[in-house]
Amino acid sequence: MTHLLIFPILVPLAFAVFTGCFRHHPSHSSSAAIAGALIHLASAGWLLSVVLTQGVVVLWVGSWPSPAGICLVADLLSAVLVLVTAFLHVAVVIYTRFDTTHEQIRSGFHPFMQMLTAAICGAFLTGDLFNLYVWFEVMLMASFGIMVMDHPAARLPNAVKYVTLNIVATLFLLTGIGLVYGLTGTLNLADLHEKIVRVENDGLLAGTSLLLMTAFGIKSALFPLFFWLPAAYHTLPPGVAAFFGGLLTKVGVYALIRLFTLVFVTQPHITHTILMIAAGLTMLSGVVTAASQMDIRRILSFHIISQVGYMILGLAVLTPLALAAALIYMVHNIIAKATLFLVGGLIQRAGGSFHLTQIGSLFKTHGLLSVGFFIPAFALAGFPPLSGFWAKLLIIYACLESRHYGAAALAAFVGLLTLFSMVKIWMEAFWKPSPQNQTASETRTLSPWMMGPVLGLCLMIVLMGIFIEPVFHLALTAGERLVEPAAYVAAVTGGK
Amino acid sequence: MEHLLALTVGILFSGALFLMLSGELVRFVFGFVLMGNAVNLLIFAAGRLSFVGPPLIGKTGTVPATPVANALPQALILTAIVISFAMTLFLLILLYRTYAQTRTLNTRQADFLSESPGDDSDSDTPEKDHS
Repeated sequence: MTHLLIFPILVPLAFAVFTGCFRHHPSHSSSAAIAGALIHLASAGWLLSVVLTQGVVVLWVGSWPSPAGICLVADLLSAVLVLVTAFLHVAVVIYTRFDTTHEQIRSGFHPFMQMLTAAICGAFLTGDLFNLYVWFEVMLMASFGIMVMDHPAARLPNAVKYVTLNIVATLFLLTGIGLVYGLTGTLNLADLHEKIVRVENDGLLAGTSLLLMTAFGIKSALFPLFFWLPAAYHTLPPGVAAFFGGLLTKVGVYALIRLFTLVFVTQPHITHTILMIAAGLTMLSGVVTAASQMDIRRILSFHIISQVGYMILGLAVLTPLALAAALIYMVHNIIAKATLFLVGGLIQRAGGSFHLTQIGSLFKTHGLLSVGFFIPAFALAGFPPLSGFWAKLLIIYACLESRHYGAAALAAFVGLLTLFSMVKIWMEAFWKPSPQNQTASETRTLSPWMMGPVLGLCLMIVLMGIFIEPVFHLALTAGERLVEPAAYVAAVTGGK
Repeated sequence: MEHLLALTVGILFSGALFLMLSGELVRFVFGFVLMGNAVNLLIFAAGRLSFVGPPLIGKTGTVPATPVANALPQALILTAIVISFAMTLFLLILLYRTYAQTRTLNTRQADFLSESPGDDSDSDTPEKDHS
């Protein structure tokens, strides 16, 4: 039964091979990719249902005994994130069916996407620090591949920034792993939880935890380490940008949440204070920079940064409620952000440009697209009853409950500025009269294959907002288990 | 011996940082390779240095007869070497293609400093600002 843990990783890997074989037949390749994404979704759903009934599921790969082997662990947090990843994968693969050129498919678009999905799920499911590093490397390589796929001239210098900064991050990560191993003699996360309290060298432990925080901070675009993100994301095709923007930074956030609830909890006055400060500055700097941008994709890229701040704020507060809020925020943000990037691509198709000064009156010509933008945008800004409202409310409530009044005020203020950016896109792209040079352009129809995923994701945002009660209870359970990881540790180390 | 290794790691790290921050991307690659080696040595030292036999078990026994070296750091380093080798290759090819496009690998040049080159240049509709 525990073998089902491997499927969310194995299925995309297998389909990476299939789609790779079919890459000279673009339509076959796309169909195989969609089939793979659907099977992946089914396996992820199965995993979550098993985790809900049985609690933590552990698989020792190769049946090596604990803690010498490498294990895959699915707790509530991992299983939920794997399911959301699978949802987004399906949506993006369907969207990109009509948004990728044959050239891109021939140069391996689908295998890269499947590999990326496998690596993201691997990072969510692994219970071993070094294994986490390996999945991050797989993820990086796949994302590098997609980024330079058909090497347009404009994209290369940006790709260089993305690649170099992420490479530095992985070196930091590896250094941190080496030091952790030197301190404790283990790299299994659950085992580390037990052994880290016995470490006597406080200074080295703090240094190591901060080194790992820096590494994952670069991955999750925390202040002041986010410069690679806006440089790279806005040059990507919309479908890919949706997947990257929705998920890649969240894997870093997941790693931070996992490490700083399970392993590095002995010095919260150092680590979680720094996380709190970084979270505040991340929220603020992202949203302020976004306010000055006029390119839709750049606005959205800077908002990713700002939103990551909220999740890290939830981690820094470190109460069950705050972690529940961070989880809800992650799920909400993965979906809403990806939808917005997809809509950004549709706006470009409908209006002819990503630049807000050159488009307008899309409300009149593309009513359905307006709905597709309106829902995720106002979910992101935190309007009731959409998912973002509850996510923000819970974060602010958790801050107030633990007497972090400044952080709560900042979170509310940043929400207001987010609204400003979203209203700006709404006013410029949808409501203002079309600029002179666009009057001649005919109404372009959008493929239902591209509208479908957008509207499906919108539906999820609305449903998550309306049926927040069960979602909240699930998240609160996950939050309680993160703060008190006894069940997780027992499930992993108990099988000795 | 550990002191010597620590000193080597320190020197490699500082050299790598110097190269990485120099602003020339070719130097960045050398810095990356150096730092990769520094990290590998660090993991090696973290596994404790010992002058004992190799981690091998004879044909008859199930446990090694004599004290053996820690095999885990070696496995970690091997993985890290393979990955950093692939990364270095990818980085070199990427820089080569970039050089072919921009004719420079100095990060202080305009191609690398501008935040948003050709925002709409890859879209199929040319800008029509001049009408």
